[in-house]
Amino acid sequence: MDKAQKIIVPLLAILVFLMLWEGIVWINDWPNYVMASPSDLPEAYWKYGHLFLTMGWQTLWRTVLGLAIAVVAGTLLGMVMGFSKIAREGLYPLLVGFNAIPKATLVPVLALLFIGQHDFNTVLMAFLISFFPIAVSVSIGLSTLEPEYRDILAALGASKFTIFRKIALPKTLPEFFGALKVAVTLAFIGTNLVEIVSPHGRGLGALFKSGETNGDYPLMFAVLIALAFLGIVLYYAVVALERIFAGWAERSPG
Amino acid sequence: MTKFIDIKGVKHAYKTRNGLLPVLDGLDVEVGQGEFCAVVGPSGCGKSTLTRLVSGLMRPDEGAVVLDGQEVSSPRKTVGMAFQNPVMLEWRTILENVMLPLEIVAPKMPRAEAEARAEHLLAMVGLKGFEKKRPSELSGGMRQRASLCRAIVHKPQVLIMDEPFGALDNFTREDLWQTMRDLRAAEPFTCILITHDLRESVFLGDQVIVLSGRPARTQYVLDVDLPADRTIDILYEPKAVEMLHLLRDQIRIAQGRDGGAH
Repeated sequence: MDKAQKIIVPLLAILVFLMLWEGIVWINDWPNYVMASPSDLPEAYWKYGHLFLTMGWQTLWRTVLGLAIAVVAGTLLGMVMGFSKIAREGLYPLLVGFNAIPKATLVPVLALLFIGQHDFNTVLMAFLISFFPIAVSVSIGLSTLEPEYRDILAALGASKFTIFRKIALPKTLPEFFGALKVAVTLAFIGTNLVEIVSPHGRGLGALFKSGETNGDYPLMFAVLIALAFLGIVLYYAVVALERIFAGWAERSPG
Repeated sequence: MTKFIDIKGVKHAYKTRNGLLPVLDGLDVEVGQGEFCAVVGPSGCGKSTLTRLVSGLMRPDEGAVVLDGQEVSSPRKTVGMAFQNPVMLEWRTILENVMLPLEIVAPKMPRAEAEARAEHLLAMVGLKGFEKKRPSELSGGMRQRASLCRAIVHKPQVLIMDEPFGALDNFTREDLWQTMRDLRAAEPFTCILITHDLRESVFLGDQVIVLSGRPARTQYVLDVDLPADRTIDILYEPKAVEMLHLLRDQIRIAQGRDGGAH
């Protein structure tokens, strides 16, 4: 019952959303070229099915790769800032400043730097846009470790690395996964930004762009829904990982 | 009794923005092997600094901390620590929490042996059946019991406790005093207990050391001449009551007020 509820309720919410969308388009009597409605989408998926599969795959692997690099680099950066006060004070303004730059402005910069390297540029953007929350969460998790937690092992002569591995790292995992959930969606935005803006791009972003060029609104909306779907899949993949590695942080009710 | 822990003329100061803040100034403590030494004093007088010095997490500016004939200059595996915060690792079960020091001190010990040792201790403090529970499923008193097991699981020569029962309610605290007494009978160790509960210091201590206000020096040493198998009732007997009065007076002096003013 409880499990069925967990699946049925979100599905109902999605259904209600689609009906509202359909209703609004129907009431306003908008034609296809103003605003597509959900009932237009199946045709688009049918017509461009193979494109959705190949482009969707392109978008997915680049996003996941960019995110994976963000996890490694963000964790390392977070460790440096978490353990060293000097590094923290020195790097924070730089990071915040970098994060404040709209990433769309970087697309032409990257395009000029690495001409024609579409895969590389896309992965790089996914990484650039998503490492910040990871670095911040790891650094805060490490720098706010209560001294007693360190002392129970330090008093036995344990090395800094052992203390990190046995205490600091697992204790930071809940914050890390919280950040990773934010980073997942950010990485998608990064990937699509490059896919949409670069000429001769590939991936779902490029498919969206071609829909725009051809005035194919149903295709454009079909791409958006496909992106939302991929985003949900990746998000819940992170939730599943969180359950495995940081399930202890979830309090059972009562 | 030989001097197992010998703290001689220790002085220590912390660097702060407003210059040096002396916390210890002429601290002398002598504890014999297997002896239980309770340390009391006004708040903020440097009691916790004492625990960090004995555990080797810090070195004194002046004077020496000698443990079993050797000057303490760095952390050592023969020390166990317990704090007011039970410091349970939430991602580990109670049993795994208790086994933690063994992973550092005796990494080659077979897991079965380590588990047996931890289970034995948990049973002694009344936590049999809770081995597989997470710390969040236990009450504060139970977590503190588990924390005591973890502090002595590797059979340390010295157990250092910094107000371990400070956050517990009175009845739970008295329960834990008795647990502590039983643990000592079963597992001999030398102990330094920082507390600001005078009844606790008399019930558990073989000697009670009163520190002066900051910067702290050894102000008074009381020999607790009571039998080892004490019960809580002993605290209401004239001999113990007399000691408690004496300690109270000493604390008043340490706080900078003499008895006559009140």
